[in-house]
Amino acid sequence: MSAVTTTVSEDTANPYALSHLDSLESEAVHIFREVAGEFERPVILFSGGKDSIVMLHLALKAFAPAPVPFTLLHVDTGHNFPEVLDYRDRTVKKHGLRLHVASVQEYIDAGKLRERPDGTRNPLQTVPLTEAIQQHRFDAVFGGGRRDEEKARAKERVFSLRDEFSQWDPRRQRPELWQLYNGRHAPGEHVRVFPISNWTELDVWQYIEREGIELPEIYFAHEREVFSRNGMWLTAGHWGGPKEHEPVQTRLVRYRTVGDMSCTGAVDSDATTLDAVITEIAASRLTERGATRADDKMSEAAMEDRKREGYF
Amino acid sequence: MTTTAEQLSATTLLRFATAGSVDDGKSTLVGRLLHDSKAVLTDQLEAVEQASLNRGQEAPDLALLTDGLRAEREQGITIDVAYRYFATARRRFILADTPGHVQYTRNMVTGASTAELAVVLVDARNGVVEQTRRHAAVAALLRVPHVVLAVNKMDLVDYAEPVFAAIAEEFTAYAASLGVPEITAIPISALAGDNVVEPSAHMDWYGGPTVLEHLETVPVSHDLTACHARFPVQYVIRPQSAEHPDYRGYAGQIAAGVFRVGEAVSVLPSGRTTTITGIDALGESVDIAWAPQSVTLRLADDIDISRGDLIAPADDAPAVSQDVEATVCHVADQPLSVGQRVLLKHTTRTVKAIVKDIPSRLTLDDLSQHPAPGQLVANDIGRVVVRTAEPLALDAYEYSRRTGSFLLIDPADGTTLSAGMAGAAFAEAAEAVVTADDAEWDF
Repeated sequence: MSAVTTTVSEDTANPYALSHLDSLESEAVHIFREVAGEFERPVILFSGGKDSIVMLHLALKAFAPAPVPFTLLHVDTGHNFPEVLDYRDRTVKKHGLRLHVASVQEYIDAGKLRERPDGTRNPLQTVPLTEAIQQHRFDAVFGGGRRDEEKARAKERVFSLRDEFSQWDPRRQRPELWQLYNGRHAPGEHVRVFPISNWTELDVWQYIEREGIELPEIYFAHEREVFSRNGMWLTAGHWGGPKEHEPVQTRLVRYRTVGDMSCTGAVDSDATTLDAVITEIAASRLTERGATRADDKMSEAAMEDRKREGYF
Repeated sequence: MTTTAEQLSATTLLRFATAGSVDDGKSTLVGRLLHDSKAVLTDQLEAVEQASLNRGQEAPDLALLTDGLRAEREQGITIDVAYRYFATARRRFILADTPGHVQYTRNMVTGASTAELAVVLVDARNGVVEQTRRHAAVAALLRVPHVVLAVNKMDLVDYAEPVFAAIAEEFTAYAASLGVPEITAIPISALAGDNVVEPSAHMDWYGGPTVLEHLETVPVSHDLTACHARFPVQYVIRPQSAEHPDYRGYAGQIAAGVFRVGEAVSVLPSGRTTTITGIDALGESVDIAWAPQSVTLRLADDIDISRGDLIAPADDAPAVSQDVEATVCHVADQPLSVGQRVLLKHTTRTVKAIVKDIPSRLTLDDLSQHPAPGQLVANDIGRVVVRTAEPLALDAYEYSRRTGSFLLIDPADGTTLSAGMAGAAFAEAAEAVVTADDAEWDF
């Protein structure tokens, strides 16, 4: 489009216009406050990934100068990036928060979960997550899922009811109209809440830049020992990679998403600053999940199937 | 840096909905908007191409981009509203793509409820049909401020101006009679790309904007100072900390209009009055704030205020009542019956209520009324009279979409039963276009 470059949008002339980031922020804060007003035991799923970091930042703003009226829950796969765990612990301490950890490793050690042949632990998170929700009787569980991430997520509500087994039934979702979120649930059921449903990856990064939010360093370009599997750069490490035929090399990479080390790929990048990361994402021709998540490549319905069972 | 980040951060957000069936070329239009604005990325397109091949289709079926559920792909139909995101240098867009097949009314009402603009598609060969009138009626009922009529498949009628003009005139007259305040008709070919993103080379007679140009420039906010200011209280913030021993703020999202420090306000339903002494806008103290900002108001007097109360200007507060007359769209599988006990959720307040009467049901195709249906079933639109257990500060939906809307909820299992809009169903005819039908559905 040629007309775009020089024209000043008429919105800038409107004194009551909100920027898209202000609109998204206001919507997310509204959602946090709705949950605080209507639920007894909400919890924020906090992985130390950028989406959960933005969620926590929004929650801090929503209730300031009072503390966030929620605790945090991290499902620890046992294959986390050490930089991310370090970030998680620093953040919890800095804001005086309370963190619950559900450990996949403990489930494996106790024989309640079995390691998959491919070593991937992302799907194994569902059981520790749902049991932690039952055990702590959480009635609202904030997730950082975004509708632009994946097509099953595009159909998810902001308030998404889960039965006592944490299952999602996409055919029985409540229609969600206006800004009226229906959080009614029976004892044992809970509601998954997605305050940044309407944000895109670029929105998240622009918001991080605007707010000056600190991130784990692996989101920025750094040298790392990696090897290639399924077209992605995976980190060599104690989780089980690489196999014999997978040569290790040192490359300049960064992460677009942060998950289990066994299935989260790095991308080649020299972006060491937020500006550079935003420029890179704006120019990228791949989605963040397509570029970095092996577990979503398994089938057309991989995410829907995991979500039905209670996944994030 | 002069690149993307700065350009994009200066933009506003437009929420819009599309309505129409696959036959009208809606998927093609949506696909083109997404594709040409780079919202469809290589891996998504490859996945769609592969999935299309697996189904024996030669061309990529862009509907697969949004048909995210297994059941949708298996049946080849869209079941649920899909939200899609794209951006240009001027604006960000949230598109609620509403399916034309199953649960049609429920889905379009859902998509339209948050939309500032609705795109209604018609096939130039067929013109305004029953479905088109239904789309116009939903947009009018939900008070969507801007409606675009996209007359598609102009290539199949030789790009003939008279064909477009006749359809545009008929639709505009009909939508205006329903009170739609702004209608923009655009001749397009989604398949050939005419007037979607780029101006058409085949229709010199058309001097208006392309679909995307219109989406980029349509005003997203109306004159807020002309709105009745409304602030539903969500949550009371009381840190009771050493640093903030006396802080007491009322958190909420401004539903309509503008609030200023120093303004006299009433708190409803109690009716007590006080003055705004401070506005905290997410970490910043400001003198003025407006919809839809999330803020925290501080007030001069320590009066009893809790979640569910409404703060409004002292000289412009809504009437408080326990009797609600409204139009509802019934969205649940189980019916809504006269005498039924329900919960009514209005802004941040949920109260017990009883359905006193269902005076009529409305057929959207021809706007005919069916008196005393006794109950409403899924996808019905009807008038209801509800009595609430506690007084509500409810506005007419035509003045405030946010404080004039409500949900009816089944108290037993929490199901969302109906979506309600208080007051008259349709606005006064925007133009002097009066049809004989008017009197019949003027409830």
